[in-house]
Amino acid sequence: MEFFLQQCVNALQWGSFYALIALGYTLVYGVLRLINFAHGDVFMVGAYLAFFVSTGLLAPEGMFGFSREIVLILTIPLTMILTSMVGVTLERVAYRPLMRKGAHRLYVVITALMCGLILENGNLALLGASRRTLPTLLDKTVYNIGGIAVTNLKLLVVFTAVLVFFALYFIVTRTRMGMAMRAVSWDRFALPLMGIPLEQVVVFTFALGSSIAGLGGLLFAMSYPVLDPYMGAMTGWKAFIAAVVGGIGDVRGAFVGGFLLAFVEIMVAAFLPSTFRDLFAFSVLLFILWQRPTGIFGKPLTTKI
Amino acid sequence: MLKHVCASALVCAAMLSVSGSALAAEPPIKIGFPIPLTGEIPKVGESTKYAAELFREEVNAKGGLEVGGKKYPLQFIYENNESKPDAAVNVTLKLITRDNVLAIIGPQSSRQAVPAGAVANDNETPMISPWSTNPDTTKNRPWVFRAAFLDDFQAPVAANFAVKQFNAKRAAVLFEISNDYSKGLADNFRATWGKRHGKDSVVAYESHGPKDQDFAAQLTKIIAAKPDFIFLPENYNFVALIVPQARDLGYKGPFMGSDAWGSAELMTLCKDACKGLFFSTHYAAAGAQGATKEFIDKYSKKYGYVPDDVAALTWDAVALITGAIQKAGKVEKDVRKMRKTIRDSLASIEEFKGITGNMRFDDQGDPIKCAVIVEIDQKGEFTFKESVCP
Repeated sequence: MEFFLQQCVNALQWGSFYALIALGYTLVYGVLRLINFAHGDVFMVGAYLAFFVSTGLLAPEGMFGFSREIVLILTIPLTMILTSMVGVTLERVAYRPLMRKGAHRLYVVITALMCGLILENGNLALLGASRRTLPTLLDKTVYNIGGIAVTNLKLLVVFTAVLVFFALYFIVTRTRMGMAMRAVSWDRFALPLMGIPLEQVVVFTFALGSSIAGLGGLLFAMSYPVLDPYMGAMTGWKAFIAAVVGGIGDVRGAFVGGFLLAFVEIMVAAFLPSTFRDLFAFSVLLFILWQRPTGIFGKPLTTKI
Repeated sequence: MLKHVCASALVCAAMLSVSGSALAAEPPIKIGFPIPLTGEIPKVGESTKYAAELFREEVNAKGGLEVGGKKYPLQFIYENNESKPDAAVNVTLKLITRDNVLAIIGPQSSRQAVPAGAVANDNETPMISPWSTNPDTTKNRPWVFRAAFLDDFQAPVAANFAVKQFNAKRAAVLFEISNDYSKGLADNFRATWGKRHGKDSVVAYESHGPKDQDFAAQLTKIIAAKPDFIFLPENYNFVALIVPQARDLGYKGPFMGSDAWGSAELMTLCKDACKGLFFSTHYAAAGAQGATKEFIDKYSKKYGYVPDDVAALTWDAVALITGAIQKAGKVEKDVRKMRKTIRDSLASIEEFKGITGNMRFDDQGDPIKCAVIVEIDQKGEFTFKESVCP
């Protein structure tokens, strides 16, 4: 029982990261019907930005004289803002010109894939192959509750993921901007006729999705402090699958899908030989999609991609 | 005027040759080094050359290598293999056929050593690769030897050390499924440990993929099995993730690693979590004693930095060859005959005291030697703990 509960805690932590990334995928897809394949690499850039921001604030001894707690509190918004700028830049440079020229959505998706590769290799060229590690921003404490080990960092991660989900859900369903976002996804062409600034809504969507990726990157770098340029690729793909299984385009779907994927992955590794983890985990997901091709929360649409 | 210069130059040259021949009445012993002076791993080539030069200068300062009462100067020829397999084949062939070397030392990395070993073996020239760990380098090649132990060899070493240090009976293993090195070592460890402590003594045997960052599921499983220690034949970047995660999950026991831990980057990534852990490797500079310390001091004094394992293994390879020539007791004029003498002498070495440990060769030309166990001390330095034999 203890063993099972411990694995549940593990899955909650790991699922939080999937959920945070999947939320970004689903936001952009929900609004633009575009799969932003560069999103996993935006997450990677977020982790690196967190590294630069926190070392920049900490490193020159006495220059700012911040304590680590203050550095952490400053790093969170700075990383989110900088990462959202990266996301918006991608939209401005890569997607908007194509969209304006009326290119088919497929070409924009391929462009997104290329942008991801550019981010990875640009990072490799700029910073080299040696791995980075985030300075310790939070002293870890291990709590032992009835034989289950939890750290304060893990609690923070899960708490943040839940908080972000409710904040997003609130934005999408209860605010004017959220209404505009839903309107874009309903009918992109009728929207300007109603006096809603389409491009502003799109920029807001990208900024929102990327800032969540940045936050995820920061927390990821704190939990798994070995940064390399390819860290976002695999995690990003899996989070995308999580978003699809949950029903891409739906905020609840991304959240549930992220945790579902992590539970399946962890439980397969826990009760079967770990060699088969990905094989079994993705077979399970395939089965879910087979039963519900639009994902758990998804609604059938006539045109996808 | 010009005539004068020419004449004096001639005289000088004549004098030089006279004095040269007076110093070394015997022809030099030629050894070839096909090493990576440029390319991906130029540092390896530099270490090789520096260590060999240190050895040569020391011997030649005493008038040469003493064989059967006569002194022969050492002549080392360095050729660049550009860290490429094809170039390694070419320069090795050149050293053997054109320079008529008696023996080859190098290439260092297995990618060059495996093809170059075929050339040396076909041309019946003894070769020692100091650093190559791939079994194919020496496999079924009677003329090819190596100074480093094979990857798999570390498994029994880790097992022996764990029994002694941690008084361990139950072992757990976590390894990378897609990495031959990691998987080979893990398999080998499981077999060794199982043979010694019974079938179920490896209480957990878990793997992960090449891009994984979260190991909580595997580690929870391992911790639930209550092992006395965890064996991690992993690359250092995984070590830096696995060890802290295990501590977060409440594991307090020891870890044991292999030579892939031995990167300077390990401690920058792993920080305090890796202090106090042990791993096996070829050689440790900090805390070395005796002849090893002497070598480290001489090398650091001359070149300004502490020698790495390549330098130490190269020194041992040179010492093995020269030792084999001394043991043969004669230098024959015929190069082919002399090569045969050196090979037979190498193969029959009973015990060689090297700076990377005592060794002799098995019938594949692989050394039977002891590994060094390194402890990561509280300052984060890799310190010599003890040498452990299989």
